[in-house]
This record gives sequence, C-alpha cells and structure tokens, in this order.
Amino acid sequence: MSYFLLRRTIGFLATLVAVSVVVFAVMNVLPGDPALTILGLDATDDALAALRDDLGLNDPLLARYFGWVAGALVGDFGTSHSFRVPVAELIAERLPMTLSLAVAGMILTLIIALTVGIYAASHHGKPGDWITMFLSQLGIAIPAFWLSILLVLLFAVNLRWLPPGGFAGWSDPVAAMRSLVLPTVALALVQSAVLARVTRSSALEVMRQDFTRTARASGFSQRRILWRHVLPNALVPIVTIVGMQFAALVTGTIVIENVFYLPGLGRLIFQSIANRDLPTVQALVMLFAVIVVTANFVVDLLYVLIDPRLKART
Amino acid sequence: MFEMHEMTVRFSIGDALRDASLRIAPGDRLGIVGESGSGKSMLAACLMGMVPQSATLSGRLTIDGTDMTHAAEDLWQTIRARRAAMIFQEPMSALNPLRRVGDTVAEPMRVHLGLGKAQARARVQALFEEVGIPDPSARLRMFPHELSGGQRQRVLIALALACDPELLIADEPTTALDANVALKITDLLVHLSQSRNMALVFISHDLAAVARATTEIAVMYGGDIVERGPTAAVLGTPAHPYTQGLLAARPDPRAMPREADGSRRRLPTIPGSVPPLQAMAKGCRFTGRCAVERSECASVKPVPTGPRHTTCHALLHEETP
Repeated sequence: MSYFLLRRTIGFLATLVAVSVVVFAVMNVLPGDPALTILGLDATDDALAALRDDLGLNDPLLARYFGWVAGALVGDFGTSHSFRVPVAELIAERLPMTLSLAVAGMILTLIIALTVGIYAASHHGKPGDWITMFLSQLGIAIPAFWLSILLVLLFAVNLRWLPPGGFAGWSDPVAAMRSLVLPTVALALVQSAVLARVTRSSALEVMRQDFTRTARASGFSQRRILWRHVLPNALVPIVTIVGMQFAALVTGTIVIENVFYLPGLGRLIFQSIANRDLPTVQALVMLFAVIVVTANFVVDLLYVLIDPRLKART
Repeated sequence: MFEMHEMTVRFSIGDALRDASLRIAPGDRLGIVGESGSGKSMLAACLMGMVPQSATLSGRLTIDGTDMTHAAEDLWQTIRARRAAMIFQEPMSALNPLRRVGDTVAEPMRVHLGLGKAQARARVQALFEEVGIPDPSARLRMFPHELSGGQRQRVLIALALACDPELLIADEPTTALDANVALKITDLLVHLSQSRNMALVFISHDLAAVARATTEIAVMYGGDIVERGPTAAVLGTPAHPYTQGLLAARPDPRAMPREADGSRRRLPTIPGSVPPLQAMAKGCRFTGRCAVERSECASVKPVPTGPRHTTCHALLHEETP
C-alpha cells in the first residue's frame, strides 16, 4: 500500500474515533433524565433509580463510552426506548430504504449532471449553454422539500401517474420502484443542478488544454473528445463534489422521507427525536456520520484511480 | 497534394492570414519562418481545418483537387484522421496525462483503422522503434509524466504517424526542447519525411533548424507570405527587406564578440516590433519597420512578384525601372 493510501486510511479511522466521541458527548450532556422519559412523570423514585441502574446510567462516563463503542462494533446499539426493540433491528429494517434512495438519487444526479455539464461546455457561449446554466441556477435556488411538493401535485394529484407517498414494502418490486420515483427525482434534481455547473466549468478548463487540441488534430469526433478525453480529465473536481453530495443525499433523505412518508432512517431519526429515544438517535447520528466519512474516504481512493500522477507524487 | 490559393483568414479585428498561396506535394519539406504573430500557426490551422469558428475564410484550399475551403467539420475529421497530422510546441502538455502513452498512440489506429487491440499494440511498438524510443514495449506502458520532454515529443510524432498521413505539420516542434534534443528531433522529422515520402511542414522561428530540415521555405510577416523559394536560395540571398533583417539579426558564433576598436559588437535588429493585428498597415505590413520604405507602402498591398513571389514595392520598382 502506498504512503498516500496509508495516510488516508489512518485519517479515516481517526475521524471515526473523533466522531464517536463527539456524538457520545453531545448525547450525554443533553439535559433531561432518560429514565424519567421512559417511565413518565408518575414513576416512583425507586423505580427510576432501578431503571437508571439497569440502563447503566450510574456507571462512569468513560466506561459507558467504551461500552457503547464495544457494542456498536458488534452491531449492538442497545434497545430503543420507544419501540422496545433492539436499535440494530430498527436500523436493519430501514437502512435499505434510505440507501436505495441515496444511491438511486446519486446515479440520477450523475446522469443528469454529466450530460448537461458536458453539453453546456461544448456549447460554451451559445444559447444551449445559457439555457442549461439558467435552469441549473433555478435548480440550485429551489429547496428539495418544495420541489417534492410540486412533483407530488403534478405527477400524483393531477396526472395520477405515481403514488403521492407511502411505501408498501419490497414484496411488490414494481410498486416499490414506483413509490421511489418521485423522491429520487426530488433528491437528484437539486443536486444535479450544482454538479452540472461544476462539470461544465471543469470541462471548459480541460478543453483549453493542449491535449484536447492533440485529440482534435487526431481526427476524433467531438463526442469522442468530450467523453473520452475531456471528461476523465475533468473528473477530479467532479468527484470531490460527488463525495460531498452523497453525504448531502443521505442526510437529505431525512426531509424527503418525511415529505413522502417513507419508512427509512430519515423518518426513524425524526420519530426518535420526537420520542426522546436517546439510544436510537445516538446510533443513527453515528451511522449518518460514518456514511459521510466513508463517502469522503472513497473519494480519496478514487483520486488515485483517476490520476496516475497522484500515486507518483505522494 | 495540398494547395492553397490566396487564402485569407479574417477576424473582426483584422486578417490573421492574407492571400497566402502554397503548394505541398508528397515528400516536400517546407519551412515556415516568422516571428510570433506572423500567421505561421494560422496557416497550419488552415491546412488542418482547425481555424477558430469566429474567423471568415476566403480564397481556395484544395486537397488533391477537392475544394476544402468551406468544408464541414466531419469532412475535416476524415482528413485529420488519415491524411494530415500535426505535432505541437509543448510536448509536456500535449499528451493526455491520464493515459498510458501506448494507449494514446493506439487510439487513432483503433478508431480510424479499426485495428484490434493486439494489432494496434504491435503497430505502436513498431512506430516507437521508428521514432527512436528505446525499449518500446516498456515505454508504451508508461504515463506521460514518466517520460522526458524529448521522449514525449517522440511519442507525439508516433501519434501523428499512427495512420500514415501524407502530410505532417510540425508547429515549433523543438522550441521547448534542449538544443541537442532539438537537433535530433529535427533530423528525425527529415528522416521520416524521406523514408515515408511524407510531406513535412516545419514551422519555426529557428532559422538554423529550418535550414537543416527543409528544401523550400516561406517567410511570413504579419499574416503575409513575404517571400518563398528554395531554402538555400532564400537564406543565401534574401530578397525581401524583412528576410534580410531577420537573417542579419542572427548571431554568428564565428564572429568576434568585439569590433576592431575594442567596442562590444552589437547584433543588428529590426527596429520596432510587430504591431497588433488591428494596427497593421493596409498595404505592406512591414511598413514602419522597413529600411527601403516608399510612399505607397502603407496604403497599397504589394503584389507577389518574381520567382520568389516577393511582396515588396521597393523590389518591384528596382526590377521595372
């Protein structure tokens, strides 16, 4: 393994440790007594004390931190106060929904953004460029939840092509896909507006470079030059943004799942916060953080795959 | 056969190329000399169909008799694919940095000639040998950043030769290279032109390199071809005042650095500098810097005259008293 990869891997692990400390600390300095939340205001002092003991709340903070981390490493996040089932079970049940949304949103974002960005770059200074860049400016300005509501009004209420929300489970794959179309589009449109602009400016930069002229002098078609020579060289800034956008998509599902009433992690975290379900919230915040940090780690690894010069330099 | 007849490339700010006429037959080695902004690269762009879209073309450009003056981009793509190739000044940045050089050179063979992977690879290896890249089978797996400037220029030459072009345009191929590497690249281009009967257009401001590489020469100033003819004759007895100035401004390594009275010997220079395109004279573009300037020079465009197609009013006046 090269020095570059080693350094990034150590950085990745260190970030995870730091995140876990912050998440644990924030959750445990919050005011309020979990035992009181669980048993309600009518509970006797004896019952509260017994439950605190049972939950391990009387142990030293450090012991509780290591207990939590040790559990999390083997997939044990404790028991949800409000659902009365292991948190791990809740997550396992809802993770596929959120991941499907985020991954589908990311793929759609890439398809739209790369096509539009390359199109705009190759029509630089012409009407095609202005129109697509105006639309992307519009896309950046629109909040995802508002776009979701518009999409529901148009495609579900007026045209009745797609369901307005809800999810009947994966047993009927066609129905499941149909319920995911609008949320995916709502997630992807806003993100692709940003990414299309990045793609355009990065491609324009590459098109000014000498090797693009060499490709043209070799008699290649404009399409081949754009997709085979310009785009790969424009990828480094694009991938950087994609890493951040994947994180934004995962956290964006919190809003989208609530608008479309989808049983994913986003809806779960929303309910858990409302119910003061501390173990669940803590596990979910940690999980979102892990996804974000991992996405950025993957981006770092992609840089090396894209650009052979990085391997030599580091 | 590439033929240009009174080609003009007009931009909104002025003409980057004016009434250029040339003939390039198979095996010809033509040098184009002139300062930056003299229209050398625009002439090359015309031959490749790579003139910027904002320009207006007039005159006539034919390839084997076919009029290409206003040819569509896809027709030019077939010319660039198989018949005309070009190498550029900066070997450092002219290669796609993300690709192994072997793949870069194989791409036109695979796209334009339809060769398979193994066939293309064998051909790339043979080309690398032909352009003097040592240990080709190892080099073709390398990335551009792993090669020296001279090696990269050789890779670019191999790329240009990938589909056996009839014409190779080398735009300042040696400017970015060390002197002795430059010499080797120049000799390689001459050798390739001879062994393949391929026409070579060698663009440079280095008169020594052009003298070494070419049999014909065209001298350019401000978008005009001011004089053209056999290289030895033009450089031996320059006719146009600009060519004379250019040759006089060349340092002679054999000359003494000091005059007889001990003062430091100064190189003669052409007074002034090339004006920007929008400030060029309507007539002869050398107006204002010329030692034999006449009253009509600024306003009347001189007609190419004599065996060298020299564009100069003073010469015209001398020859027809």
